[in-house]
Amino acid sequence: MPATTNRPLRLFIDIGLWLLTVAITLLGLAALTFFIGRILPIDPVLSIVGEKALPEVYQRVYLELGLDKPLWQQFIDYVIKLLRGDFGTSFSTSRPVLTDLLNFFPATLELSTIGLLIGVALGVPMGVASAYWHEKWPDHLIRIIGLVGYSVPVFWLGLVGLFVFYYLLDWVAGPGQLDVFYVGVVDRVTGMILIDSALAGEWDIFWNAVSHMILPALLLGYYSLAYISRMTRSVMLDQLSREYVLTARLKGASEFRVVMGHALRNAAIPLVTVIALSYGGLLEGSVLIETIFSWPGIGNYIYSSLFAADMNAVLGGTLLVGIVFVLLNMLSDVLYRVLDPRSRELAK
Amino acid sequence: MSLENQIDTRTALRAARITELKRFAARFMRNPLGVLGLIIVLLLLFTAAFAPFLATHDPYLPTLSARLSAPNAEFWFGADELGRDIYSRLIYGSRLTLLIVGLVIVTSAPIGLVIGAVSGTAGGWVDAVFMRITDVFLSIPKLLLALAFVAALGPGIVNAALAITLTAWPPYARLARAEALVIRNSDFVNAVRLAGASEARIVFLHIIPMCLSSVIVRMTFDMAGIILTAAGLGFIGLGAQPPLPEWGAMISTGRKFIFDQWWVATIPGAAIFVVSLGFNLLGDALRDLLDPHLRQRN
Repeated sequence: MPATTNRPLRLFIDIGLWLLTVAITLLGLAALTFFIGRILPIDPVLSIVGEKALPEVYQRVYLELGLDKPLWQQFIDYVIKLLRGDFGTSFSTSRPVLTDLLNFFPATLELSTIGLLIGVALGVPMGVASAYWHEKWPDHLIRIIGLVGYSVPVFWLGLVGLFVFYYLLDWVAGPGQLDVFYVGVVDRVTGMILIDSALAGEWDIFWNAVSHMILPALLLGYYSLAYISRMTRSVMLDQLSREYVLTARLKGASEFRVVMGHALRNAAIPLVTVIALSYGGLLEGSVLIETIFSWPGIGNYIYSSLFAADMNAVLGGTLLVGIVFVLLNMLSDVLYRVLDPRSRELAK
Repeated sequence: MSLENQIDTRTALRAARITELKRFAARFMRNPLGVLGLIIVLLLLFTAAFAPFLATHDPYLPTLSARLSAPNAEFWFGADELGRDIYSRLIYGSRLTLLIVGLVIVTSAPIGLVIGAVSGTAGGWVDAVFMRITDVFLSIPKLLLALAFVAALGPGIVNAALAITLTAWPPYARLARAEALVIRNSDFVNAVRLAGASEARIVFLHIIPMCLSSVIVRMTFDMAGIILTAAGLGFIGLGAQPPLPEWGAMISTGRKFIFDQWWVATIPGAAIFVVSLGFNLLGDALRDLLDPHLRQRN
């Protein structure tokens, strides 16, 4: 095989091709948001200058926005602006959209990361149990739990959760990130309230934030758990039917060792991909959850911008979440190759 | 002689199909969860078809004296903020749910199938370009794309369905392409090609029909997802507009009363949940039956 004779070159080409794929996908994403911005029934000039503007003013803004140029030229200008980090200006906050997004992103990241941790911590063991007791009652039970997670509208579950655990039982704090009198007490360092309050040593605030976060995080966790446990189950089923498992059993390894030490280790590689993908899904799921829980993140920003007809902000938010999503997808692809030596050999 | 033979094969073929169908039904009936899913889906169809007979009130008629009344003998699931009967609105809402799902499925599946089948059959740069486009759509968060798209087009049922279609076709393209890659060089396709069939004929009459069983499974699962996305758009306020009794939009208005009049928001949500669970259960059962890869493994 010529590939093995020239390994560095091969690797170089692979990385180049991968970067090209990422670039094309991101360009496609930009093309989509550009296209959506173009089909807007609202005249972008009018939304800036207002109905009563003089024709000269209208004309000047029209030229400034580059609307006289051919479409492809406008698209190239758009991409160049994006590359410079210019996502346009938000009409409602009159700040650059990127500044707004970076303000709100940490809160979303914090919530979805904790959701993911919950999803992995529960989903993987559930998937393993489901595969180990294949077609027995634990399997059926776990599959049903997963199916419910797939079928339930997450925003509705949020409302029901608030009603039961906040209003009826009073176990958790209500919507928002903190109780009102704690807001703004802690200096903003990372934008993630748990880290910031811990850094400041304000443990009251920390526990208050936990109490606010637990319900939305659990819901997001459940949302990802459904997917993670199902995928874990199918990967583990495949691994447990392999011959090396039989060999290990014949050699007298304990069941725990066979499942955890052998099968799960081999299943771990595809699972990394699954987990990375569900992280992307969580970022999206947080849009609806954030609106229910008034969580000050990207989802809420997009939601409130929608009602202000602030398309720059909506498209900017979509673009940012899209970019993170694409990068996570690509990252999972890379991780798969790095972790699984076979995929490197068999790739070409 | 030849005519008799032909008739003979035809009856034999029909008999074989009937036996196959019966066997399929028998295997399906052995899966209780699948049967439950089927019952839920059939109930949904029934409700939508006979909505005027099942409803107890006019879904649009406000009874201001009954505003936000709790479930009782007259209003089985209570009344909303204008005193409209929630039960009757739910019944009529099933039509909207089916409308959106139907619109999305009849547009997204054929688009995806044709793109995938052409891509897989043609190969070369056509394939490369089409699959790149498919990948771009697959790697973008669905709900957000739909949201931005409807935000630009303006809210409404048809626009919501269009937006969901835009995000729903890529899996079908992937599926059809994979199938086409396997089939395009198989003996029967080569035989048809030698017999002078055009490439278009091969794609539409031979490759697309071979994809149908996997497509049906995929569609059933997708319907659950479409219902959830449509409800999400309705909830955000971008789907069906008031006073239409769309379930997601009903949750959205009931949200204001969640603590004091919980039934306004929770009951439509329960309906969404049950229906999407039904499609998921049915999809699971159909996949176990139709997916050739799984059949081999068991």
